[in-house]
Amino acid sequence: MDRKMKEIIKLYTTFFKIGIMTFGGGYAMLPMIQREIVEKNKWATEEEVMNYYAVGQCTPGIIAVNTATFIGYFQSGIIGSLAATFGVITPSILIITVIAAFIQGYSDAAVVQHAFSGITAAVAVLIINAVIKLWKSGVKGVFGMAVFAAALIADVILDVPTVIIVVCAVALGAGMELFRKINGRRNEK
Amino acid sequence: MNIYLTLFIEFFKIGLFAVGGGLATVPFLYDLADKYDWITPEMISDMIAVAESTPGPIGINTATYVGFNAGGVPGSIIASLSLVLPSFIIILMISRVITKFQTNPYVISVFSTLRPAVTALILAAGLQVLDMVIFTSGFQGFGVNLVAALNIKTSLLFLALLGISMKKSFHPIIIIATAAAAGVIFKM
Repeated sequence: MDRKMKEIIKLYTTFFKIGIMTFGGGYAMLPMIQREIVEKNKWATEEEVMNYYAVGQCTPGIIAVNTATFIGYFQSGIIGSLAATFGVITPSILIITVIAAFIQGYSDAAVVQHAFSGITAAVAVLIINAVIKLWKSGVKGVFGMAVFAAALIADVILDVPTVIIVVCAVALGAGMELFRKINGRRNEK
Repeated sequence: MNIYLTLFIEFFKIGLFAVGGGLATVPFLYDLADKYDWITPEMISDMIAVAESTPGPIGINTATYVGFNAGGVPGSIIASLSLVLPSFIIILMISRVITKFQTNPYVISVFSTLRPAVTALILAAGLQVLDMVIFTSGFQGFGVNLVAALNIKTSLLFLALLGISMKKSFHPIIIIATAAAAGVIFKM
């Protein structure tokens, strides 16, 4: 087998392992990615991984998948990025399909219903914890709070579609930078 | 329209607009529950619980789950791949200019408005889940007897779990397993 092919398979299996070994996604995956990518395979430095993570956070999509795409691309081009991306999502597709089929078969059982009523309370707690974390890191100053409040009202009370809210937030951010630029130029004159 | 084509379009859209990872896809799932009969709002919290307590990224896990409910095994594969496709294309474009991208003033400014908005969207999704926890059949307005509509058992469980997780951070699986056990023991 040639070297290129070996590299592609290695990318797939390594990211398959990362996908199957991490629970919870997002930052939970970082230690695993550091061990496999930085320490074992030396595909990227610690700093590069942090850069991919930062960019993964501010581009659409799932952070862990975005990181896989980056590392695969720098390692072996587009084929490498395909291998790494498929690798990290394969375990999810296999495991969840089995579970979804299983739950569909047993969802009428009283035990399953009781368990899921309890689990709903846990999910509410998990989401609130995530919101607190995001609030601390992402909602800055009066302006941040105003955007937060506007988005909350638009979603909960006005029932605006999620896509529209995201598009408006992006347009507002880009518009503000454009405004600052035009203003800055005017002040220079 | 063909179910697979619909799944492709919807999940491509989610992949394109869900920024911030993890639970950022959840607000979009509620939009899907409104539009289609593949999933109900009640099922979304089950999906989040399954997604959090199985390996893999949460967004992929929930997409697979919704896809399976809508169109079986092919549906689950199409939904996950469609979710990944937009970011795959975007990352390939950005990887050439990665260092410039991070310091671009437009990117920084967009993030100063996008982060608070996404936080609000996730909170709104959380409120929908909380609604199912606190009220037996959801919030029906202020006119009805709110006390009678309360689901005491799940509300207490929620408060207990919230209190515990505020003191010490536990892994999501532990919180979910504890809640499932409590649900079975106290017949919630």
